[in-house]
Amino acid sequence: MKSRFKLNILRSSWGISLISAIAAILIGLLFGFIILLISNAKEAVPGFIAILQGGFADGAKGVGDVLYNAIPIILTGLSVGFAFKTGLFNIGSSGQFTMGAFAAIFIGIKWTFLPGHLHWIVALIGALAAGALWGLLPGILKAFYNVHEVISSIMMNYIGMYMVNMLIVDHIHDKIKNQSLPVAKTAILPKAGLDKLFETNNLNIGILIAILAVIVIFIILQKTTFGYELKACGLSPTASKYAGINAKRNIILSMVIAGALSGLGGGLLYLAGSGKYLQVVDILAPQGFNGISVALLGMSHPIGILFAGLFIAHLTVGGVNIQLYSFVPEVIDIIIAVIIYCGAFALLFKSIITKFHKRVTKEEAGK
Amino acid sequence: MNTLYFVAQQTMFFAIPLLIVALGGMFSERSGVVNIALEGIMVIGAFASISFISFFGDKMSGQMLLILAILVAGLIGAVFALLHAFASINLKADQTISGTALNMFAPAFCIFVARMIQGVQQVQFKDTFHIAKVPFLGDIPVLGPILFQNCYITTYIGIAIAIIAGIVINHTKYGLRLRACGEYPQAADSVGINVYKIRYSAVIISGILGGIGGLVFVVPTSTNFNATVAGYGFLAMAVLIFGQWRTKRIFFAAFFFGIMKTFAAAYSGIPFLKTLPISNEVYKMIPYIVTLIVLSFFSKSSQAPKASGVPYDKGTR
Repeated sequence: MKSRFKLNILRSSWGISLISAIAAILIGLLFGFIILLISNAKEAVPGFIAILQGGFADGAKGVGDVLYNAIPIILTGLSVGFAFKTGLFNIGSSGQFTMGAFAAIFIGIKWTFLPGHLHWIVALIGALAAGALWGLLPGILKAFYNVHEVISSIMMNYIGMYMVNMLIVDHIHDKIKNQSLPVAKTAILPKAGLDKLFETNNLNIGILIAILAVIVIFIILQKTTFGYELKACGLSPTASKYAGINAKRNIILSMVIAGALSGLGGGLLYLAGSGKYLQVVDILAPQGFNGISVALLGMSHPIGILFAGLFIAHLTVGGVNIQLYSFVPEVIDIIIAVIIYCGAFALLFKSIITKFHKRVTKEEAGK
Repeated sequence: MNTLYFVAQQTMFFAIPLLIVALGGMFSERSGVVNIALEGIMVIGAFASISFISFFGDKMSGQMLLILAILVAGLIGAVFALLHAFASINLKADQTISGTALNMFAPAFCIFVARMIQGVQQVQFKDTFHIAKVPFLGDIPVLGPILFQNCYITTYIGIAIAIIAGIVINHTKYGLRLRACGEYPQAADSVGINVYKIRYSAVIISGILGGIGGLVFVVPTSTNFNATVAGYGFLAMAVLIFGQWRTKRIFFAAFFFGIMKTFAAAYSGIPFLKTLPISNEVYKMIPYIVTLIVLSFFSKSSQAPKASGVPYDKGTR
């Protein structure tokens, strides 16, 4: 009975991907544990347990914090993953995130003439639009001028960062703290009782919006002709062109959608009313680069990205907690980096598992 | 005239790290391995060598220490790049993935080790390498102030690396084989070139140059290292693509970018520009906007190495 079950899992390709992902996670966690042991052997075990427990260590509040942390990186992960599926590397997620955040905050502060239930919706739409705009330019440059989307996206990251800093200082500056002003109450995302459910003040319907985005992207990629065309362009540009698919239009649309997703992530984070303000500093939004990790860990699949985002948020909250044991939270980044590095071995795992599978099948057949 | 010299000197500090790292990226990509991990390699190389300098700073100083630090940076950068080489070449992994993983790993690792060894994450060092004026050459009328005053030997090392890299990749047997592996590795393999070995060596070279670039970035511009190179690794990739993977063009692209960045940082020292009502942020944006504009004109005829980013599979044609 047991061997038949194993064979069924191993036969499906997503089964193999799942097993390689789990193997990568285990190796990453083990490496992290070894690092903890090397630096402070006494506190290593409780520290490691804190990482594993993540949000669960604080009960409902911890879980709420995990969900809150997951929202922006699920969206930037969707953004990068969507672009990956269509053959593009959206390293510009940071810039799109920042532009979306700014647009949402600006509308949140200045457009107070909007009634309560519309204000945050319009602010989020603004965030979507700003992010989409920031993805549009690299898309156009790639489609029409053959500019490598990696460079144009990197340039847009920096241009976006400086531009947002400039616009904040000019329009919505809190001079004392050098950050953006607080958003109007009507623009803050409704909590819909989630904050009572999870006993944290930070959680809001953003998590529901993020899950909605996952479902929408899943439907686009798996169930529409448009999604099929995008994936075809990603897998083989020449074959798709031969089949008559308009590559230029797809590249532009893909970058626009990816940009919109990152922008929405920015809007959701800064409209949460959780005391987060847009700082006027020359630092690129880290959520953009975390999105790359989430997309890689989730194998660029929307459902995978959802769980990868939750997992990385879980580890991040654990990372905050291990400071109790006087470890630096950067250990989490090390663990995530090792997990991703081992994720690159997915091909190796596949070949090992396939060899093992063949050997077992031969034995079964021989019986 | 003084402002011209000032601008020229500052440009060196911005352009030379970009040049060195972009040349490293050139070796790697032209052999067929996309090296996104340049940022991470820079961070690790800088961390190792700055720690070396701060550790030995009271025992020796001056240019000798800097040269030893450069060797340390190159060595550590090469070891770190081996991780990328192993994943991309032996395991045929997606080079984007392993590069991104190393980029994440490097700063986190540096902060962790720094905290473990010295309690704080910033590594301080004493700058005993600044050359106010090179004795003889500093007095040459125009070139003197530009190249030989208020400088570091890292500038000359960088230019030397550029010249050597250009010669190696264009005029040596090794360079020709390297380029072949990046364009059409199956053909190279058919004449007996060991594609794996050449790609390994190319990634190691990019590691060495990346590590040195990290050190060269930190030393002229500050007295501490804070586990970041401010995105210079990615900018070097941009310079690489901007320079169309050719040594001479990378040289010009690096200096172009360096001059733009210098204007952005130092425009307040230029009397004419200070009076214009353009805010600081616009100046900071200019290098990137100009790069985008120039790229849109010159990318139609982009000549990326054909087999770049594709793991070599002996079975395919």
